[in-house]
Amino acid sequence: MSKVLIIGATSAIAIACAREWAKEGTAFFLVGRNARDLDDVRADLAARGATAQTHVLDFAATETYPAVFEQCFAALGRVDIALIAHGSLPDQKQCEADADIAMREFMLNAGSVIRLLTLLAARMEPQKSGAIAVLSSVAGDRGRPTNYLYGSAKAAVTTFCDGLRAQLFKSGIHVLTVKPGFVDTPMTRGLPIPGILLAQPRTVARDILAALKSRKGVLYTPFFWRPIMWIIRMIPDGVFKKLNL
Amino acid sequence: MSDETLTSWGAYPHFPQSGHMCTWRSRLAENFADVVARHGTTLPFGKGRSYGDSCLAASDHVLSLRRLDRLISADWQTGTIVAEAGMTLADVLKVAIPRGWFLPVTPGTKFVTLGGAVANDVHGKNHHVRGTFGRHVRTFGLLRSDRGQVVCSANDDADLYAATIGGLGLTGIIEWVELQLIPIRSSQLTVTTVRFNTLDDFFALSDELDGKNEYTVAWIDGFARGASKGRGVFTAANHADTGDLSVAAGKNLAVPFHLPVLAAGGALPRLFNSLYFHKHAAHRRVDPTGYEPFFYPLDGIGHWNRLYGRHGFQQFQCVIPHKTAQPALQHILETTARSGGGSCLSVLKRCGDLASPGLMSFPMPGISLAMDFPQTNTLDKVVFPQLDSIVREAGGRLYPAKDAHMTAEDFRRFYPAWSRVEATRDPALCSRFWKRVTA
Ligand SMILES: Cc1cc2nc3c(=O)[nH]c(=O)nc-3n(C[C@H](O)[C@H](O)[C@H](O)COP(=O)(O)OP(=O)(O)OC[C@H]3O[C@@H](n4cnc5c(N)ncnc54)[C@H](O)[C@@H]3O)c2cc1C
Ligand SMILES: NC(=O)c1ccc[n+]([C@@H]2O[C@H](COP(=O)([O-])OP(=O)(O)OC[C@H]3O[C@@H](n4cnc5c(N)ncnc54)[C@H](OP(=O)(O)O)[C@@H]3O)[C@@H](O)[C@H]2O)c1
Repeated sequence: MSKVLIIGATSAIAIACAREWAKEGTAFFLVGRNARDLDDVRADLAARGATAQTHVLDFAATETYPAVFEQCFAALGRVDIALIAHGSLPDQKQCEADADIAMREFMLNAGSVIRLLTLLAARMEPQKSGAIAVLSSVAGDRGRPTNYLYGSAKAAVTTFCDGLRAQLFKSGIHVLTVKPGFVDTPMTRGLPIPGILLAQPRTVARDILAALKSRKGVLYTPFFWRPIMWIIRMIPDGVFKKLNL
Repeated sequence: MSDETLTSWGAYPHFPQSGHMCTWRSRLAENFADVVARHGTTLPFGKGRSYGDSCLAASDHVLSLRRLDRLISADWQTGTIVAEAGMTLADVLKVAIPRGWFLPVTPGTKFVTLGGAVANDVHGKNHHVRGTFGRHVRTFGLLRSDRGQVVCSANDDADLYAATIGGLGLTGIIEWVELQLIPIRSSQLTVTTVRFNTLDDFFALSDELDGKNEYTVAWIDGFARGASKGRGVFTAANHADTGDLSVAAGKNLAVPFHLPVLAAGGALPRLFNSLYFHKHAAHRRVDPTGYEPFFYPLDGIGHWNRLYGRHGFQQFQCVIPHKTAQPALQHILETTARSGGGSCLSVLKRCGDLASPGLMSFPMPGISLAMDFPQTNTLDKVVFPQLDSIVREAGGRLYPAKDAHMTAEDFRRFYPAWSRVEATRDPALCSRFWKRVTA
């Protein structure tokens, strides 16, 4: 019997993870902003033998966040695995032209995640067990001119999770920071990404499951992003400025 | 702007498609209307495992449905599933096998979608006992630009049901499919393998083994000449009674870019064919085999179509009625051998007499032959016209799912019901194939 909470349950990466977890006895609590799409995900997981309940959340209405966890813990009793997956890839040019858009995107990708994690950590702590996986990104490893708004939000998430991991370790709760490279999901649709760099959500999901099992702290997925990002971080500023990465 | 660029499996004719992605059923009607408003007409696209131009839109703008891959409901007591049309057979197997169910009919690759399997009314190695895929589809939901959502079955909207099975994606967008699975006790098969030396031996083996086996198929050496002409390997199988219900691990190899080792035809494929023949023992063998190597030997290598290089390849697949099959197949094999090219991969299979509910289903009682050729000019100009006339005279027909060359005249002779499909066609849907054969 495992109890799984997914926030951003309509994400392609989240669905791929959920399908790996789904079997007779798994109970899901699925949170997202669109009721019909959430119900499609619920039905898919139910047909795979799991039970699932949905909860519609308006991510801008932060005062409604506590109710997510009240209902989740009322439904599941406890949370063995929590996956935080929602996020958006904003248009960097738009963010440069309009500070309101920039802050709205930052609030979604960093602010809402930190708020949700803060509430979740307090609820999970007394359990003294369980795991939290958070979808950050390789983009958070260094701000690049083409997407530094998104990158800075993911950097905030990554750093927050570093601290949360050390904090919750004392309570026996594991925190996994997931840093995918490019994944073939609606988020990357239309982007000119070379085929060999584009991972399938299923591949990323398998890596996430394995990392949770081995209690890894930070996961680069697919693995080759770890050396790629190491190189990108090593490029001296003087050179980096001139590259249009 | 489109979401992805797509091609057919054979990559010939080469018309890259702009794919417009649909991710949620709740948005399908909107996505459909959007593409049509901007590009006039479109065509549903599954996984592009069709070889020629039947999966290419006349407008070169397709509606990509691979993300509609969810189960809607499943009854594991009766083995009935309802799933979105973009779910692949590979994904169906993953959930069905551990629960003791299997696909009622499967083509030679599992990377096809339910929608594509219905639209081409695909057949498998068990055609002689189960007929085509469409026979196992109870109902499906169709989205039409003129009527909205329609639920079709043999009883409801029966004309549309019949026109859509084998309807080449022209009668509407299949949103979901209700499929009846078959029970299995093990995911293993008991496979009988026999080498044969002549086409006559193939017919004798087919007579002997088809009745005793759920699945039969034969590979034939497309390069063999003289004394070895007509040699091949016959395989026949049944689901095993004992064993486990394990799902095979996914593919591990892939051809990363165009690597045209088969493009030139000639020496290498000749060698492969010969090695394959000699790999099998001369005497009859019975072995337990996993379902993966038996049904999907080519799926183990991702993108193997790239071995034919940039110019792509064509498959020629025909079915010839029993009474003319022997001489016609002999004639076809001789003609291809004489042309110097030879087929890199040739497969023979007996089709049974179970009728499909579809109007334009390919199989007919007789023998089907499929052959793969690297794309060359002589193929279209010299070889295929000769093969076509053999098929025509023998009363057979060609398979649209594999076709890039059939003439409009031949098509209308092979599929006289085409005009009924044309009458029910969704005005917002049209393929390059359809334009070519009905123009
Ligand atoms: C290695 C290999 C082996 C094969 N073996 C066999 C075999 O043994 N027997 C056999 O019959 N075929 C075989 N095929 C052909 C293949 O099964 C068919 O071409 C199949 O239809 C491909 O499905 P797809 O999802 O890739 O569809 P696509 O190729 O993308 O599309 C095929 C057709 O289906 C339509 N379509 C797709 N989705 C929908 C939808 N949701 N609603 C309405 N129309 C839709 C398209 O418009 C198009 O006309 C084989 C192909 C390969 C590559
Ligand atoms: N794809 C990649 O290449 C990639 C790489 C690195 C990291 N990631 C991260 O992985 C996570 C999952 O993304 P994915 O690739 O699976 O993409 P996806 O399928 O597009 O999922 C995005 C998810 O975020 C939700 N979302 C988007 N905008 C929202 C908003 N304004 N308010 C509330 N929810 C919103 C979506 O909900 P709806 O379904 O309702 O739109 C969906 O659940 C994200 O955090 C992303 O940053 C992705």
